[in-house]
Amino acid sequence: MANFYKDNKDLKFQFSHPLMNKIVALKEQDFKDSGNFDYAPCTAEDAIDSYQKVMEIMGEICGDVIAVNAEEVDHSGPRHENGRVFYASGTQQNQDVLTQAGLYGMSLPREFGGLNFSMVPYVMAAELVARADAGFANIWGLQDCAETIHEYASEEIKNEFLPRIQCGSTCSMDLTEPDAGSDLQAVMLKASYSEKDGKWYLNGVKRFITNGDAEIKLVLARSEEGTTDGRGLSYFVYDKSWGGVTVRRIENKLGIKGSPTCELVFSNAPAKLVGDRKLGLIKYVMSLMNGARLGVGAQSVGISEAAYREALKYAHERAQFGKPIIQFPAVYEMLAVIKAKLQASRTLLYETTRFVDVYKAYGFIAEDRKLSPEERTESKQYQKLADMFTPLLKLMSSEYSNQNAYDSLQIHGGSGFMKDYPIERIFRDARITTIYEGTSQLQVVAAQRYVTNGSYLAQMREYEKVAVKPEYELLKKEIAEMTDQFAKAMELIAGKDNEYIDFHARRLVEMAGHIIMSYLLLIDCQSDESYAASAEIFIGKSKAWNDERFSYINNFSECRMNSFLAVKGETVTEA
Amino acid sequence: MTKAFKIVVLAKQVPDTRNVGKNAMKEDGTVNRAALPAIFNPEDMNALEQALRIKDKFPGTEVLLLTMGPGRAADIIREGFFRGADGGVLLTDRKFAGADTLATSYALSMAIRKIQPDIIIAGRQAIDGDTAQVGPQVAEKLEYPQITYAEDIMDIKGGKITVKRRLERGIEIVKSTMPVVITVHATAPDCRPRNAKQLMKFKHARTLTEEQDNEHNSYLPLYTMDYLKIPEWGVNDIGGDEKNYGLSGSPTKVKKIENIVFQAKESKKLTSSAEDIELLMQELISSHTIG
Repeated sequence: MANFYKDNKDLKFQFSHPLMNKIVALKEQDFKDSGNFDYAPCTAEDAIDSYQKVMEIMGEICGDVIAVNAEEVDHSGPRHENGRVFYASGTQQNQDVLTQAGLYGMSLPREFGGLNFSMVPYVMAAELVARADAGFANIWGLQDCAETIHEYASEEIKNEFLPRIQCGSTCSMDLTEPDAGSDLQAVMLKASYSEKDGKWYLNGVKRFITNGDAEIKLVLARSEEGTTDGRGLSYFVYDKSWGGVTVRRIENKLGIKGSPTCELVFSNAPAKLVGDRKLGLIKYVMSLMNGARLGVGAQSVGISEAAYREALKYAHERAQFGKPIIQFPAVYEMLAVIKAKLQASRTLLYETTRFVDVYKAYGFIAEDRKLSPEERTESKQYQKLADMFTPLLKLMSSEYSNQNAYDSLQIHGGSGFMKDYPIERIFRDARITTIYEGTSQLQVVAAQRYVTNGSYLAQMREYEKVAVKPEYELLKKEIAEMTDQFAKAMELIAGKDNEYIDFHARRLVEMAGHIIMSYLLLIDCQSDESYAASAEIFIGKSKAWNDERFSYINNFSECRMNSFLAVKGETVTEA
Repeated sequence: MTKAFKIVVLAKQVPDTRNVGKNAMKEDGTVNRAALPAIFNPEDMNALEQALRIKDKFPGTEVLLLTMGPGRAADIIREGFFRGADGGVLLTDRKFAGADTLATSYALSMAIRKIQPDIIIAGRQAIDGDTAQVGPQVAEKLEYPQITYAEDIMDIKGGKITVKRRLERGIEIVKSTMPVVITVHATAPDCRPRNAKQLMKFKHARTLTEEQDNEHNSYLPLYTMDYLKIPEWGVNDIGGDEKNYGLSGSPTKVKKIENIVFQAKESKKLTSSAEDIELLMQELISSHTIG
């Protein structure tokens, strides 16, 4: 009997954020649905109460079903047979229970059978699932594909596919190919239009496709013959019942073993075009990717939560030298830092989610009526915030989930290295988060423009304006000093060539991440002082981390680049 | 044409005795209800699932919850709604207070006479009393057949219901006419989860007493919907002989309640020699532990 929502007050805290009422107002538009749907809210208070009650269902299923199944799912994994994939029995049960509970399609409008929820509970659900089983979080999270269909597909496609999400139809997004990983412009899978029957057909191979045998697929394919870059790619939707796609193999992975990773062969698979031709990569995939990165952020925070709880439990239980090991400074420091990183990444997760929520809600309103100039300005402003926070979130939270899993396993000592405790699975599952949906290195590339154009600095200055209680003034001053140091670091790289900036980019992006999370924790303390410990720890550590990065950039002279460049000349040789 | 049925699920709100902490009992040996959360009796949850499965198979079937208890037992009806039930009745009246299993089954049977269901499903027993008497007593009072220890309601065909029973040494498949009382065992499938849409639809459901009580966060305009009104029935609503209700209808008298504290006695070390074993045997026989 566990409830992963009710046992974690940091989640309920998110619903008290001042922006929540605005988000509900944008989502519910004068509560117009309350006359047509008996489950639609009639006030903001009613809506937020529903969010919380539905999160209680989610939390109960995560605690009592998904977490209980996680070990068996990790051991047995999915099966590949005759070109099809069969889930582990626990995975299937997770899927069935979530469907019965009516939780799929949470963020879709009610006309398609959804709950029309804000992104905050939707992202929270992903966090909860990931805490229970990070591998299953992918199967749950791929309903993001429905978001893309909802945003860009025709009415006909929306009506055909969206109502199936609430019935538990699974999704996959088929982007990667053997020669197109980080560089999706190289996608080769061919889409050809048949004049005879007016249909599109797909031919080629996709690789590393999560949940590749799903019922509904979104496929990136080359529709413009003779092209070689991203402008020749379009986006297609495919229904498993149309046939033409087989699973050639499933991968044997380090972690998230319950989530089938497939190699797919498309032979004359019929498909329907989503949106406009040639916008596949440059518009739709980019949007889907942002959603997926937010999803990995949620997954990472869920993994950190699981890692923290396992470490805390073990540190109390395990006694050495006559006392529980949590009594030793070396252990309690590690635990407190895990918790601080966990809470820092969570506050960044929900801040980012709220930004996404506001601009997406405006996007859907704009389909029905013209936005006022003020609304348009606000929508753009939030979209920019969402765009600049998403890579920062993906980078920081995924790196923290790995650091936290590593430290948690370390606290377990030899027992952590054995298969007897959940931490070994959590440790393996965490590893993918810094890799897929864009590696940490690519997140830095996406984030660095907001360093150089001053956007992060401007947002820090905004946070600096928030009034704090007298007892927090000192902490605030420390963050303000870190902000000044960050501004100085920006000056140090200003005007340097691109390679030099790229070389230091990660240091700068991480400095920005530390400062922004420090501010967010400080702001959280103003409404709930239980965050004070983590804020103090995180700000103290951030200062040291940023000093190190600043000192490295400050003392780095360009001629030292040569030592790094030397490695390019080395090759692997065998004796 | 498939037939639809009217099903009553008997459910009880009980203190959660599964996670008993230090404060579970008061000094005087009675249950400290404040320290134990009130929950839907687990086997009644299995019973609800069996009812909902019949509803899945025979659309149009109506699943109603019937519970007896104080005002807060309306939670049981709401929980039923969230999981797919169509309605429910709260039996609540000061005259029901102090009921043992006999008086409880009398009240339930009187309410069932009023509802006139085809099938009555209950959990085998409640985790607070563990008597397993209420279901069978309800059947006796109504003079309906009863099937206890049910694990699966397999089918309903030609006015007959087929049920799989879980017994100590195996399973038994039996058939019965309807109306029938069925009590469900914990080995039956778990109840389905609460459904998000059902929850949002019925979270405002309440009894008139709750509505008048301002503690509840009320969304007044919504309460005008009939489906949100949970009926409360008292003695006057279900009729019957007043002396069969409550304390006067309860022959069970509690003589004494003792607070038992388990204590580990001093341990004794024995070798595996024939002498030591012989000594132990004699000791166990003389204390009537064995033999």
